[in-house]
Amino acid sequence: MPIQYYIYLCLALFSIGIVGVLTRRNAIIVFMCIELMLNAVNLLLVAFSKVHNTMALAGDKTSMIGIEAQLFVFFIMVVAAAEVSVGLAIIVMMYRNVHSVDINFLNRLKN
Amino acid sequence: MSITQFLFYFLTVLALFSAVMVVVSKNPVHSVLWLIAVFFAISGHYILLNAQFLAIVNLIVYAGAIMVLFLFVIMLMNLNASTEPQKNNWLKLAGVIAGGCFLMVLVSLVKQANELNNIAVTMGTGEIGLIKNLGKALFNDFVVPFEISSVLFLSAMVGAVVIGKKA
Repeated sequence: MPIQYYIYLCLALFSIGIVGVLTRRNAIIVFMCIELMLNAVNLLLVAFSKVHNTMALAGDKTSMIGIEAQLFVFFIMVVAAAEVSVGLAIIVMMYRNVHSVDINFLNRLKN
Repeated sequence: MSITQFLFYFLTVLALFSAVMVVVSKNPVHSVLWLIAVFFAISGHYILLNAQFLAIVNLIVYAGAIMVLFLFVIMLMNLNASTEPQKNNWLKLAGVIAGGCFLMVLVSLVKQANELNNIAVTMGTGEIGLIKNLGKALFNDFVVPFEISSVLFLSAMVGAVVIGKKA
């Protein structure tokens, strides 16, 4: 499988996430689209780690080159989990105050 | 067409279709369910790329924990298609055009990168995705970030409780 196919797939997923953030007004859906973008990046990191490792395996049969990318993906998942817990708490608080999850109500923050 | 190629195309189509359905679904609960389908497709891609540990973690953490949290919040607020706030159609069109332009620019950039031409992803080889090797790397070279992430989780937990507490 050429690496370009993976790049196109991840770019498409990332763009769908961007379109979702730009076109939806429900704060929870915007948040889900951000998760989608994070996952597109994760998939691309894993694909590049695989390519890098395959190249290194040609010289050294037990090479562990490329394992860092998979650990980066692991840490991205950790940060995403922390981000979701805080973000959903903020959305719940906003819902309690204005009884809506419309992100346009967040423009009150500027006062 | 070999079986891995077939699986690649199948998972790709599944991921893209589900991702589009996340964005266009009127009902937020349906969006969450489609997003779970995206995560399953991405986990399948991880398995094809021999990243077994990440595939399982993706299912457990994302499809299991995070999406249940989303579903809880949506059902707590009793959101459905009738309460869904809508942007007007011109703004939606502008958003789609902006996203499409972004995609077009980056795809044309990748198309012109000749360095990528002879690089292929070979599936079914390599052992860096196994939990043994990942664990060795995590607890030898990445101990400090690992410990810092525990502090991050603690602060996220405290933050969520403080924000969620009735003021």
